[in-house]
Amino acid sequence: MDNLWVRFHTPDGVVQAVRGVSFAVEPGETLGIVGESGSGKTLATQAAFGLAAGARVEGRAVFDRRDLLEMTVRDRREILGSQVGMVFQNPLSSLHPMYRVGWQLSEAIRIHDRSMSRRAAHARVVELLSLVGIPQPERRIDDFPHQFSGGMRQRAMIAMAIALGPALLIADEPTTAVDVTIQAQILQVLKQLKEELGIAIVMITHDLGVIAQLADRVVVLYAGKVMEQGSVRDLFYEHHHPYTEGLLRSLPAAETERGQLVPIEGQPPSPIDPPPGCPFAPRCRYRMDRCVVEQPRLEPVGGHRGHDSACFLPKDRRPSDDRIAVEAAKGDDSG
Amino acid sequence: MIRFLARRIALGVLVMWCVTLVVFLIFYVGPGAGDVARALAGREAPPSTVALIARNLLLDRPWYVQYGHFLSQLLHGNLGYDYYNSESVNTIIAQAFPVTFSLIIGAAPLWLAFGILSGVYSAVRPRSLGDRTFTGVALLFYSTPTFVLGVLLILVLYYELTVHGVSIFPAPGYVPFTQSPLQWARALILPWLALALVLAAAYTRLTRSSMLDVLGEDYVRTARAKGVPERRVIFRHALRAALNPIVTQAGIDIGVLFGGAVITEQVFDLPGLGWVAVHAIQEQDLPVIIGVVVVASAGVVAANLIVDILYAVLDPRVRLH
Ligand SMILES: Nc1ncnc2c1ncn2[C@@H]1O[C@H](COP(=O)(O)OP(=O)(O)OP(=O)(O)O)[C@@H](O)[C@H]1O
Ligand code: SF4
Ligand SMILES: [Mg+2]
Repeated sequence: MDNLWVRFHTPDGVVQAVRGVSFAVEPGETLGIVGESGSGKTLATQAAFGLAAGARVEGRAVFDRRDLLEMTVRDRREILGSQVGMVFQNPLSSLHPMYRVGWQLSEAIRIHDRSMSRRAAHARVVELLSLVGIPQPERRIDDFPHQFSGGMRQRAMIAMAIALGPALLIADEPTTAVDVTIQAQILQVLKQLKEELGIAIVMITHDLGVIAQLADRVVVLYAGKVMEQGSVRDLFYEHHHPYTEGLLRSLPAAETERGQLVPIEGQPPSPIDPPPGCPFAPRCRYRMDRCVVEQPRLEPVGGHRGHDSACFLPKDRRPSDDRIAVEAAKGDDSG
Repeated sequence: MIRFLARRIALGVLVMWCVTLVVFLIFYVGPGAGDVARALAGREAPPSTVALIARNLLLDRPWYVQYGHFLSQLLHGNLGYDYYNSESVNTIIAQAFPVTFSLIIGAAPLWLAFGILSGVYSAVRPRSLGDRTFTGVALLFYSTPTFVLGVLLILVLYYELTVHGVSIFPAPGYVPFTQSPLQWARALILPWLALALVLAAAYTRLTRSSMLDVLGEDYVRTARAKGVPERRVIFRHALRAALNPIVTQAGIDIGVLFGGAVITEQVFDLPGLGWVAVHAIQEQDLPVIIGVVVVASAGVVAANLIVDILYAVLDPRVRLH
C-alpha cells in the first residue's frame, strides 16, 4: 500500500478513515497491523480490493507489481480468492447461512478453476477442512454453518481463504470473536500455514500477544495513520512512539504480573475533521507545543532499517519505564 | 421437518374447522329456527322447496346434529345445493375455480418478476435514476385502484387498438384453456397485466429493502472476497438470503386471490370465484356464498402451508425448530 486514503461521504461530513497509509508485505512474511477499534485497520487492508461499499479509495495498492486501484473489476476479482485470501473479523456472520459449508468452499475453488470437476473440488474441500483441523471433514462438509461452532466456522473461513494456495492471506482479527482455547488453535493453524506453505500473512489484531507469536514486522495504526512500524523486536523493545508505548502498557499480561495495567486514557479523534497536529496529541503524556499544530511525519528512528515513527520526540529516544511490562507480555505469550 | 409439517397441517385443519363453525353459526343459527330454510332457498322459492331444504338439512333436529350433518357433507366434498339456480354448488365452483386459477397462475410470475427484478436493481444501485424511476412507478401503481388500471388497460390496449384496426387483445371475457390455450392466454393478458402491475409495486419495495439489508451482510463480502462475479453475488448469494419476506408476501397475496380476484374479475368479466361471489351476494344466494367462503378459506390455508414448506426448503435453519 502506498499513500492509501479511504474516505466516506456521509451526511455528517467526510469520514477520513485511512489517511495516507503505506506499508509493504514481502513474500512469506507475516505483517501484524495493530491499533484500537476504529483506527482503520480493516479499511486499510480491504478497501483497495473493492470490499468496502461506498468508500472512496485513493493512492496505490500494488500486488505483484500491479496496482489494484487501476485494475478492471474483472482482473481484481481474479486475484481475489485465488492469489489473495481473506478471513474476516466475524466468523459467525461471514458464512452464508443458507448454503452448506462444503458448497461454499468448493464455490471458492470452482469460481477460479472451472476445469476442476465437482468430484475433485469435493476432495480438495475435505483436504482443506482437515488441514485447518476440522474433525471428520467428510461428514462435516455437508453441514450448514449454524451446525458449526464459532471456532470451526473461523477455521472453515481460513480453509476457504487458502483454498487455491494464495500468496497472501489477510486475516482480520481472526481470533477476537472466539474464546481463548480456540484462539490458540487458530493461531496454530496460521503458524502452520506460514511455516509449511510459506504464505505471506497480514494479521490484523489489537492483541499484541498475537503479534508477538506470529508476526515478523508490525505496523501501528492510529486514527487512520501509521504511528510506528518496524520489526517485532523494534516495536517491543525499542519502540519510539508514545502510542506504541501506551499499547504495550495496556497489555493485560502486564497487569497479572505487576499489577500495573495502564489503559491509554481518552478517545481517538473523530474521523470527521481530524485535528491538524499529531492525532495522538490529546492523549499523549509527552505532548509538546508543536505537536498540536504540526503533523509529525513518519521518519526512521533507532538503529534498525525499516523502523519508522511519526513523533517529534528525539530520534534516539529509548523506552525505559515500560520494559517490565513488555517482558511480562512476552513471557506470557511464549508460555 | 416431518414434525414441523405435521404441526402446520394440524394448524391448517384447526383453522378450517373454525371457518366451518363460524359459517354454520352465521347461516344456520343466525337466522333463527324456521327461517334457515327460507333464507337458503333464495328469493321467491315455493313452500315445497323450503320444506325440502328443511328435510335435507335435518333442520328439525338439534343444532349439533345439524352441524354434524353440515360438516360431514363438507368432508364428503359436497358444498351444498343452489336451489335458486337448481345447480349443485360444487358445479358452480368447479366452473369458477379454473378461471381464478388461470388468472393467478399467469399473474403471479409476472408480478414476481417485475417486483423482484426492479427491487434488486434498486437495491444494487440505490438512489440511481433507475432506482428513482422504479420507486416512482411502483408508488404510482401502488396507489392506483385496480379497477381504474383495469378500465384504462381495456380502454387503451383493447378499445383504442381495436378501433384503429389492431386487434391484438380480445374483448373482456374468458376462454377455457382446454378449448384453446392460445385464446385462453390472449384473453387473460390484460387481466394478468392489471393484477401484476398493481401487486408488483409492493414487491419492488419489499425486495429493495430486503436486498439492501442483505447486501450489507458479512457473507456477501465473503462472496466478493472469494472472487465471485458480481451478478452471481447478487442473485446467488444476496437474493437467496433476501427471499424470505418476499415468499411470505407472495403466499398471502396468492392465498387471498384464491378467494377470487374480485375486482379484476369484475372489470374483465371473468367468471371466477370472485365474480361468482359478487353475483351470489347480489342475489342473496346463500348456499353459493357459503361454498365460496369455504373454498376461499381453504385457499388461504393451503397458501400458508405452502409458504411454511417453502420456508423450510429455503432456510436450513428453520428445519431444526
Ligand atoms: N461505511 C462506512 N461509512 C462511514 N464510516 C465508516 C464506514 N466504514 C467504516 N467507517 C469508519 O472508518 C473507521 C475505520 O474503520 P475500520 O473498520 O477500518 O476500523 P478497524 O480498525 O478495523 O476497527 P475494529 O478493530 O473495530 O475492526 C471507523 O471510524 C469507522 O467508523
Ligand atoms: S508527536 Fe507529540 S503528541 Fe504526538 S506522539 Fe509524539 S510527543 Fe506525543
Ligand atoms: Mg476491523
